Amino acid sequence: MADGAPLLSVRDIARSFDVSKSFLARMIERQPRVLLKAVDGVSFDIARGQTLSLVGESGCGKSTVARLVVGLYRPSRGSIEFEGVNVTALRRRADLAPIRRRFQMIFQDPYASLNPRWRVRDIIAEPIRAHKLMQDKRELGKRVDELLRLVRLAPADGEKYPHEFSGGQRQRISIARALSSNPEFLVCDEPTSALDVSVQAQILNLMKDLQRELGLTYLFISHNLAVVFHISDRVGVMYLGRIVELAESKQLFARPQHPYTRMLLDAIPDLEMSGRGRTPVAGEVPNPLDPPTGCTFHPRCPWANERCRREEPAMKPTPSGASAACHAVEEGRIPTLKTGAAPA
Amino acid sequence: MVEVSDVSAASAEANAPGALRRAYDSDVFYSFRHSPITMLAALVTLLGFLGAIFAPWLATQNPFDLRTLSLMDANLPPSWVEGGEAKYLFGTDNQGRDVFSTILYGSRVSLLVGVGSVILALILGVGLGLLSGYVGGSIDAFIMRVADVQLSFPAILIALLIDGITRAILPREAHDAAAVYVLILSIGASGWVQYARTVRGSTMVEKNKEYVQAARVIGLHPVAIMLRHVLPNVMGPVLVIATIHLAVAIITEATLSFLGVGVPPTQPSLGTLIRIGNNFLFSGEWWITVFPGAALVIMVLAVNLLGDWLRDALNPKLR
Amino acid sequence: MTGLRSNKPLLDVRNLRVEFPTRRGTLVAVDDVSFHINAGEVLGVVGESGAGKSLTGAAIIGLLEPPGRIAGGTVRLEGQRIDNLPAEQLRRIRGRQIGAVFQDPLTSLDPLFTVGQQLVETITTHLDLSETQARDRAVELLREVGIPGAERRIDHYPHQFSGGMRQRVVIALALCAQPRLIIADEPTTALDVSIQAQIITLLKRLCRDHGAAVMLVTHDMGVIAETADRVAVMYAGRIAEIGPVAEVIRQPRHPYTVGLMGSIPKIDRAVERLVQIEGAMPRLTAIPPGCAFNPRCPKVFDRCRVERPELMPVGANHAACWLHAPSSDKQTLAEAARG
Repeated sequence: MADGAPLLSVRDIARSFDVSKSFLARMIERQPRVLLKAVDGVSFDIARGQTLSLVGESGCGKSTVARLVVGLYRPSRGSIEFEGVNVTALRRRADLAPIRRRFQMIFQDPYASLNPRWRVRDIIAEPIRAHKLMQDKRELGKRVDELLRLVRLAPADGEKYPHEFSGGQRQRISIARALSSNPEFLVCDEPTSALDVSVQAQILNLMKDLQRELGLTYLFISHNLAVVFHISDRVGVMYLGRIVELAESKQLFARPQHPYTRMLLDAIPDLEMSGRGRTPVAGEVPNPLDPPTGCTFHPRCPWANERCRREEPAMKPTPSGASAACHAVEEGRIPTLKTGAAPA
Repeated sequence: MVEVSDVSAASAEANAPGALRRAYDSDVFYSFRHSPITMLAALVTLLGFLGAIFAPWLATQNPFDLRTLSLMDANLPPSWVEGGEAKYLFGTDNQGRDVFSTILYGSRVSLLVGVGSVILALILGVGLGLLSGYVGGSIDAFIMRVADVQLSFPAILIALLIDGITRAILPREAHDAAAVYVLILSIGASGWVQYARTVRGSTMVEKNKEYVQAARVIGLHPVAIMLRHVLPNVMGPVLVIATIHLAVAIITEATLSFLGVGVPPTQPSLGTLIRIGNNFLFSGEWWITVFPGAALVIMVLAVNLLGDWLRDALNPKLR
Repeated sequence: MTGLRSNKPLLDVRNLRVEFPTRRGTLVAVDDVSFHINAGEVLGVVGESGAGKSLTGAAIIGLLEPPGRIAGGTVRLEGQRIDNLPAEQLRRIRGRQIGAVFQDPLTSLDPLFTVGQQLVETITTHLDLSETQARDRAVELLREVGIPGAERRIDHYPHQFSGGMRQRVVIALALCAQPRLIIADEPTTALDVSIQAQIITLLKRLCRDHGAAVMLVTHDMGVIAETADRVAVMYAGRIAEIGPVAEVIRQPRHPYTVGLMGSIPKIDRAVERLVQIEGAMPRLTAIPPGCAFNPRCPKVFDRCRVERPELMPVGANHAACWLHAPSSDKQTLAEAARG
């Protein structure tokens, strides 16, 4: 568990996007502003050296949370603290620079995350140059070679262009770029979702090795529960902009609390063909522009009652040590479920 | 169908050694080598540019140096027609100027103005397009409205307007001396919108790609991101527009000079020559206007064909 | 081959070869692939990108994009050859005998026409029904695929449906002319995981109810486990292993299948490292001689590098691997044991 203060501490962050029509159209059609609440009050901590995963389906806001943490968007409210420093309060580029050096991001699409016109060695060296970490060209070259070797590529690959590499190799280059400024914290936005399963295995193994070797901390975003199970220490399940359950990884999979978590686990295809019974999955993710009242999951929930329709549940600790935002869990109305997952 | 793109990626293997070899092997150059019309167009364009650059050495006389002219030789027909002289290949005009030489010297001005205005339009248009696309918001709205307003006027009219203003401001001698630059300014300023719109569209696409976001995470300044990351990736269509714009610019300059509001008579361009020759068309001295006219048409056609090929060749790569 | 063989197979593919002539030479994307599908069964075709599975499906249904073309082999539907038919006849077979479900429901449906118009058009083209009868049938189908309020929604445009609903409409469209075979190419990849489960169940149930066989092309082994009766594993344009789904998943015989199954993360068992197959699938321009998997195979020996193995029976499966050479081939088996 955490030894000392967490490396990253996120408190009640939120972010809305204005998806209204243009001002003129709104005036003519007399329509109000339309705000999309992509993230609506998310809080979590990540201890140094650990991996926290955020998992959920499309539209749940996990990618937005990643971008908020890394500074690509500013939160509409809430705070983000990196080693005790409140980064949301910093405005000037000069103040943010030393923090930016210490965290980096890996993206989902291996084909769009590398500039097609730059050589690989320039791509990898860019963070070093941007933060002015090394001045000597030869030193820089050696560092780039070292990074390429670290991700199991050859130093000669530095001369090539991204299109000469496969998807998996491009993700390695992305990882090399992310590591070049010696960061402590990596935000990984679905880094293996676009890769074949055998390539994914290589990348996940590499990421685990690097975490051990370099003492990295990961915020890992994914929609694939099996991947999340393999790589995480703790898992947060997101639905329509909020975290509905937060627990230690093995515990979440062995004893899921929130009805949505159970539904997600149930939807994982049964590769072992154990013939486990499945509760029928109900409905689809509602339109985030017009979310249901109270608990946003209630239209799809087998245990929803009147309170669920009226009142939005807060994250509360459960007897098993996790946290869940669910009235039924709080009231003890849901029978405990033992899944076929590995015991906690 | 995933595998089809894998097939084309596989076939475009780039294990080739040097950059030159890579360029030779590339799909773009391949289509060039296999299109005779394009190669011919490129050759003609090249000859045109070379002829203009080396005019003082290629021309038999300097038609704008009054001392070398002889009124005795005025209105001579082309050398292969009866009455012509071998010295004057395409004949002479009413002042004894060798038409061939005037074409060479005239195309200097035409090409100078053409290339100059394209460069100006390109810098202005690409710069504004990048800014507009990347920053968005009210700056984008403002620039695009200006572009829209400008587009509602024909380019010629705008060029005329700018030209007229400078004429009014500057005294005559200064205007004559600066005429070429004024023309470059007016044609360039009337042509930036195409570039800006295309670049803005491409920038808006590239801006959302993860490599730009990666650069933002690193903490680069937006201008650095625009110039170092986005610009190289949006230049493709710009080259196509520039080639076609070159043809348009040359024609525009010719039109303005034909109308008499372009370059002064002391530095005639092909347009001026056509105008001058027009007066003699019906009195039988057809060569004074036909040859400059033909030179203009051939040049513009060649550049247009080159632009057409470039657009098609670059197309599969333009995303 | 195993499986119910009371009649001839519905789809019989023999030695199929798909080529792409490029200016750098001819690329072979599907190389001597043979399999069959019986009436009413679901055959999964699984493989990673570049394995040729989508092209196999496209070749069967006659939708190969030029310059790709079928360069060899035969495709027989109910005994009749369909790979060499003229375009007009092939078009009639498409939709009537073979239906298709593709990955992206956004582009599978024409955005300018209502769902009803598209369904009715397909029905009247292939079946002898009047407009009203066709419309009734379309509403019935929409209800069957689980679209609530079908009588009303039949007049909606594709963009008015959500992703999962659109894919249901696509399935209805594929089934409406009562085809014998459905080719589904990554039908659930673009959908959320909870919707995936719904769509897979739906596809399986409907095909069973309508008596259609399914060729399910996907990279997702989990989907195959839930849906398929048999599965073919493709690698570099060839079939590496084919057999009943339970056998292939629980007891894979081909080293590639073994590696593939090991690299999939599972939630019933926590492992420190996933099984990792070194290297990557070869590009079409650089397929190694002999067995295409040999540079990456942990059990490679000499013969593998030289001679391409055919599909050989092993247990209930067939695997294209010299490790499973017939017992009569003592020399190869000895080499395998040594190497």
